[in-house]
Parts: sequence; C-alpha cells; structure tokens
Amino acid sequence: MSSTISTTGPDSKQGQRKAAMTVLAHSAAADIAGRLAAIAVPAHENLREPENGLVMMRGRIGGDGAPFNLGEATVSRAAVRLATGEVGFGYTLGRDAHKAQMIALCDAMVQSAELSGEVEAKVIAPLRVAMNAERARKAAETAATRVDFYTMVRGEG
Amino acid sequence: MYVAVKGGERAIENAHRLLAHERRGDRDVPEVTLAQISEQLALGVDRVMTEGSLYDRELAALAIKQARGDMIEAIFLVRAFRATLPRFGATEPVNTGEMQVRRRISSTFKDVPGGQILGPTFDYTHRLLDPQLAEGFVPEQPMTAEASQASTPRVTDILGRDGLIETSPQADSDAAVGDLTREPLSFPADRDLRLQNLARGDEGFLLALGYSTQRGYGRNHPFAGEIRFGEVEVEFSAEDVGFAVPLGSIELTECQMVNQFKGSTTEAPCFTRGYGLAFGQSERKTMSMALVDRALRARELGEEAGAPAQDEEFVMSHSDNVQSTGFVEHLKLPHYVDFQSELGLLRKLRQEFAEANAAVEMQEAAE
Repeated sequence: MSSTISTTGPDSKQGQRKAAMTVLAHSAAADIAGRLAAIAVPAHENLREPENGLVMMRGRIGGDGAPFNLGEATVSRAAVRLATGEVGFGYTLGRDAHKAQMIALCDAMVQSAELSGEVEAKVIAPLRVAMNAERARKAAETAATRVDFYTMVRGEG
Repeated sequence: MYVAVKGGERAIENAHRLLAHERRGDRDVPEVTLAQISEQLALGVDRVMTEGSLYDRELAALAIKQARGDMIEAIFLVRAFRATLPRFGATEPVNTGEMQVRRRISSTFKDVPGGQILGPTFDYTHRLLDPQLAEGFVPEQPMTAEASQASTPRVTDILGRDGLIETSPQADSDAAVGDLTREPLSFPADRDLRLQNLARGDEGFLLALGYSTQRGYGRNHPFAGEIRFGEVEVEFSAEDVGFAVPLGSIELTECQMVNQFKGSTTEAPCFTRGYGLAFGQSERKTMSMALVDRALRARELGEEAGAPAQDEEFVMSHSDNVQSTGFVEHLKLPHYVDFQSELGLLRKLRQEFAEANAAVEMQEAAE
C-alpha cells in the first residue's frame, strides 16, 4: 500500500496505527465487535459523534498522471478519547457509523502503552489473519485463470 | 416551459400507491433482497455506482430495487441521495499500479510481465442462453492455483520505459483539481474535468461515440493496451488525524488505450493514449471512456477535429444521463399554458392564411 508519509517506518507508532486501521477498515463490523467483546474495553467518551459523509475519490490521468475526480464514496468517521487521554480516530468506507466508532476506540487503544499489546493480540492480529486469508483465497482463484496465449503463424494449419 | 399546476393530489397519491404495488409484482413470488441484487446483479450495481457517481453497493442495490430495474432512474436516485450528505474532503489519488488484480489482460503484449489473467469474464463464452441457470443451479467451486508474487506493472509503464509512449500529464501536488459537481462546466475544459464527466457519463452514449471513432468519425487507431479489474486501497488525508488514513478498498476497472503515434521535427514519434477508469467491473464503460478521452484530445495533438466524439462541448453536454433524462422527460409534465399559447398562435396563423388565400382566390376570380 502506498504511503504519503515517507518518513513513516513500519515500526513507528504511526505506522502501527495505520496498519491497524487498514485491517479494521477491511473487516466486517460484526467481526470487529466480536473481537472487542473478548477484551476489557477501557472507559472512553466520544470526541466526535459517529457520523456519515462523503469523500471524493480521486484517480490519476493515465493511472500515473495528474489527479482527477472519479466519483464519491460514502464514508463514516468518529473520534473517541480514553479516560487516560489517548485520542483515537476511526474512518471507514460505507455508512456503518458504529464501525467507525469501534475503529476509533481500537486506534486509541493502539496508542496506549498499557493496552496496545492486548488490542493487537486479541483484536487486530486475528482480523489480519482473516483479511490475509481472504486475499490469498481470491489470489489463488485468480491465478487459476492465468493464460498463455500463443500466436499462430498465418498460413499454417 | 413548464408552469406549475394545482390539483390531482389524490390521483398522484394513488398512482404512487399503484406503482408500489406493481414494483412488488406478484406477491406470491418472494421479494428480492438487497443482498441478492448486490451479489447476483453485481454488474448492474457497478453501473449504478459508476454513473450515480457514488461508491456504495448497498445504496445502489436499493436504488435498483426502488427503480424496478430502470438503471437511469436508479442512477438518478443515487445522485439525489449524495446531495444529502456532507463531503469530508477528497481521497489521495488511488494507485491502480498496486491493484490486487482480479483480471488483467493486454491485447498488445501476449507475454506481459505479471501475465494475462482472465478472471471472471464473459469473453470466450458462447453467448448461448443457459437453461440450467433458470433455477437451482449450483456452480462448482472455482479452481485455484499458486498465486504469483510477481508484480503486475501497467503495460503503459512498460512502454514508457523505452519512451515508446507519451508520458501522462503531471500537475503540482497542490494544484486544484477540477470538480464539475462544484463549478458549472465551461469550455474548453481541462482533461481532469473531461475525465470526471466521462466517468459518470452514460455507458450507452459513450459506447456509441467510441464506436463512431472506430467507424471513421475521428479515427484514432486504438489498441486495448491493458484492461485491469480488482481492488485498490483508498486513503484519506484527514486533518484531525495528521496522516493519510486507510478507508478500506474499492473495486475499480481501468483501461489503458494505446493509440496512433505522433511525432514532430523536435519530438521522436511515440504512441498516444486514452484513459478509462470506473467503479466495479465496468469494462465496456472504461473502454468506451478511453476511446472518447483520446478523441477529445484531437486539438491538443494537432489533429483535424470535426467528428462528434472530438467535440468536447457536444460530448460533455450530452453525456450525463440524469441531465438528459431530466430534460427529455420533463416533456411529460403539464405544458398546458405553453401549449394553449401555441394553439392560439397557430389558430391565428391559420386564419391569416385562410384570409390571404380567400383574397387571392377572389382576385383571381375577378380577373
């Protein structure tokens, strides 16, 4: 995945947050809720009430040129603050505002020294395994349709 | 001109109630669900998202259901919906070069790096109706094979390495991106606006225009350099977060058309290109879009420009099926006042005509 922040290494906190957000955005809300049920969720408040909105999606002319506006997508966002002060943000495609709030909660926990290990082990890691398995399944199905065209010399056969 | 009329409230209410009844159809037949539409009429959903200009499968499925399968009505519903939500901003431009490819073909290189991957396609089917599908058909599970870890570079990138194809136009990262949903169209329009217009344009209209270029009305010698379909990641630079936040992935189809080469005394000849990009699996749409995008570049490339597909004002003013249907279908609304004045004028003209003829006849008779 492309990153717009070149200074972000995979080991940095920001890289860790972004990696967690990727997994969460790809996961179904019910699956995130199921994983969150397995841990003790810390006290928190909504910093931004979960809400629906739009983002304009951009492509590039020729795939690699100047940007252009392709069309919009629905998106949901939320922000929470843990009682210990960490502020987490949740953004996801679609209109499930509760999913955005769960992502925000996870993002806040990822930033907490006490909670990041547990949320990674019990929420993010299993969801990442499922996401990667789904990707691998699709890749394997797709790979079976790879062809080798060969050209016939005209006039033969 | 449409002039407001009063009355007919009860008839309108009853007509909508009858519509709801007809929409449901035979009540002994199970109701179609949004999941069924989204999963089993997926390409229709893709079209409604693309031309409705809103990526949301569930909403597009709802629109198709509400519109009774009338795609343009469904697109209209989706366009109207998007006006109800605030826009948080624009995403980072998606990187189609890093697409998780589900299908990827090139008609120009058989040995393209990363391979030709057919994916789920109607190509090479016999187009015979399949009676098995009528009911209860359970397809076999798809075959699997070891997935390659090799990258699948864009064909245009491969050609570009040897300078055989023109490079894509670049812009400063802080340059404004044209948005026809915010400012009314004016001409001449830059390519970013043209592509936005074509991306949400009617597939049938663009298909016909693309076809017209192939038949000689603005010929541009196209090859389907590459068509790819799959998932791309979307990121949004949220100010409150401070970095580009992943939003998840969307399905896109991209078409890179490789077209007739051009050169000059100062520049070596190279292939030119047209570009198509659309939500979901929308191959016909992106191919048509790429043909028309290239045709609209006629003036920029110093070509003679007289064909309809090369006329940006004509193309961009008529590509939007919501605008088109609005103006065509408004003819159904009461035009009684207009028509009465036309009728009055016509009667007056006919009377003058009759009087003039009568005068001529009397004169001829007198002579």
